[in-house]
Amino acid sequence: MPHPHDVAVVGAGPAGLAAAVEAAEAGLDVALVDAAGQPGGQYWRHFDERHAAPGDARGLPGGPVFTDLRARLRALSGSGRVRYLPGRQVWLATRDDDGTFTLRTTATVSAPVSAAASVPVSAPESVTARALILCPGGYDRQLPVPGWDLPGVMAAGGVQALLKGHRTLAGKRAVVAGTGPFLLPVATGLARAGAAVAAVVEANGTLGWSRDPRGAVSAPGKGVEALRYAASMARHRIPYRTGTVIREVLGDGRVEAVRTAVLARDGRPAGPEREIAADLVALGWGFTPSLELPLMLGARTRLDLDGSLVVVVDALQRSSVEGVYVAGEATGVGGAALAVAEGRLSALALAASTGDPAGTAAIRRVRRRIRRARRFAAAMHRAYPVPAGWPRWLPDSAVVCRCEEVTYGDLRHAHADLGATDPRTLKMLARPGMGWCQGRICGFATAGIASCLSGRPSTAEDLRALSGRTPAAPVRLGELAALAEETGGGGPAEETGGSS
Amino acid sequence: MTYRMTFRGATVPAEPGQSVAAALVAAGILDWRTTRKEGRPRGLFCGIGICFDCLITVDGVPGERACLVPAADGMRLGDGTDTGDDPAGPGPGKEDGDAASA
Ligand SMILES: Cc1cc2nc3c(=O)[nH]c(=O)nc-3n(C[C@H](O)[C@H](O)[C@H](O)COP(=O)(O)OP(=O)(O)OC[C@H]3O[C@@H](n4cnc5c(N)ncnc54)[C@H](O)[C@@H]3O)c2cc1C
Ligand code: FES
Repeated sequence: MPHPHDVAVVGAGPAGLAAAVEAAEAGLDVALVDAAGQPGGQYWRHFDERHAAPGDARGLPGGPVFTDLRARLRALSGSGRVRYLPGRQVWLATRDDDGTFTLRTTATVSAPVSAAASVPVSAPESVTARALILCPGGYDRQLPVPGWDLPGVMAAGGVQALLKGHRTLAGKRAVVAGTGPFLLPVATGLARAGAAVAAVVEANGTLGWSRDPRGAVSAPGKGVEALRYAASMARHRIPYRTGTVIREVLGDGRVEAVRTAVLARDGRPAGPEREIAADLVALGWGFTPSLELPLMLGARTRLDLDGSLVVVVDALQRSSVEGVYVAGEATGVGGAALAVAEGRLSALALAASTGDPAGTAAIRRVRRRIRRARRFAAAMHRAYPVPAGWPRWLPDSAVVCRCEEVTYGDLRHAHADLGATDPRTLKMLARPGMGWCQGRICGFATAGIASCLSGRPSTAEDLRALSGRTPAAPVRLGELAALAEETGGGGPAEETGGSS
Repeated sequence: MTYRMTFRGATVPAEPGQSVAAALVAAGILDWRTTRKEGRPRGLFCGIGICFDCLITVDGVPGERACLVPAADGMRLGDGTDTGDDPAGPGPGKEDGDAASA
């Protein structure tokens, strides 16, 4: 087994990049594991650098921050102070008896395939370290709607990723729907790339970052950003339909249109309906964090303001598990600038805990910045909630779990006739979240449905029941076998669930 | 240069650096597998490796995520029966190169 690093960072998005660079510059010996082939995470996703074209960096938000971090990462990994392992997913994280951590990794794309594409993949290895900084980010949060499994319906972030990362427009005429400020850059990005955007369908009220004045004032730059998007929406003549939701995605074998309805005063979609033709539907209800690694290690979690499960951290980004720091979306969705600040803070705090006093002033400054960004995030979450009672709008035929093709009717039946009143039992009896994605896509919705059927609000426990995932990535047989041999056991525990 | 891949016998061009899924979508191909139960068509959904909707056989290797696999010249796509029907569960897949998931 190789020597333990001082710290292993998981994720090379805004949080993880900042953490790895800061930790190494403070003198720590760092490993950085990232599923993606190049650094940047979701926010700084960009076209394959080996085939870069002049236009690629255009529209890369916060570009200078990224290029600075990337240059520092290159220098640090060149001099051996960061062992950078791109293209590898951590599928198991364990804490060993002596307090060190082991991360087992697997190639994101299997070896023969990446060889064909001549992708550099770092050699298969496990990484050991005395501390962890987990920065796994998150993904688009989804609510099911009839027809959302038709080809041509995509996650809003995925549509963005396709544009930024692959120079590919997923359709000619798009509807962008769900809630939150992120719908706007997706819509204007599509329009700039040449698509007609037939509508942005926003469940909540306004272009209102400013419903909570305290939050809006604490991030003045964000107000400017909102105005810019509003101007861009106007320039591209994109209709912004607020207080409106998609009731059904229509099409035969692929998307042809959506049917929308205005939310009535009581919050039900009882208002006027409209059919909008489209060949691309981009759906997003905010983001929700990837929690498999923190949960695997037993980190405490809580319900955030936006209703997602997030990791509990203290004022120095420390989770409830000694030696495990968490930064970025996993501690609560709040955008890239906050993620960078949290990544930096976790590294500075870790360095300070190993006896480096140099960072104290910097820690104070970063913490101030984090508090301000958190206030802004809170205002955003309050302005763009998931509509209350949304499960009651679903017809029985609506698919909830895309992998196992479990419908809302199946869930209702399991609840009413089989007594599955909590998500854990619901999952056992009706199998939502038991397929390939392990509940990443339907977990939030299933928890919401379970609690709605029982006539109570969702709790952290509801979400935990659907968030534990072992392994955290599909692994190849050889890797499982190697682990079994090494530990003398039968491989990883079936389901660690969310101890908290 | 433009890469040439084949999808079920048809030629699909790709820009170097694009993913397999991006090239398929750019060629107007929106779905490349069917679901196991209802036989419904599936293609891209999350676009970032989370949902596993986009599973595809690449050069004979089944169960790859098309949104993550970089395109390569001469790649053969979708020549298996892509149903996403590999045995689910943390246990055994069929052979090495097969993936298992909990
Ligand atoms: C598809 C998508 C597109 C987005 N686009 C925008 C945008 O345009 N503008 C905007 O303001 N916000 C966007 N966001 C929100 C964005 O996620 C955050 O603002 C920001 O990127 C968060 O930074 P982060 O470092 O916490 O996480 P991320 O940027 O998500 O980075 C996390 C990294 O960790 C890696 N990772 C996760 N788990 C593992 C594992 N087990 N093993 C190895 N690596 C792992 C991931 O592959 C990823 O590279 C987007 C989100 C998504 C999901
Ligand atoms: S589209 Fe979701 S994993 Fe590829």
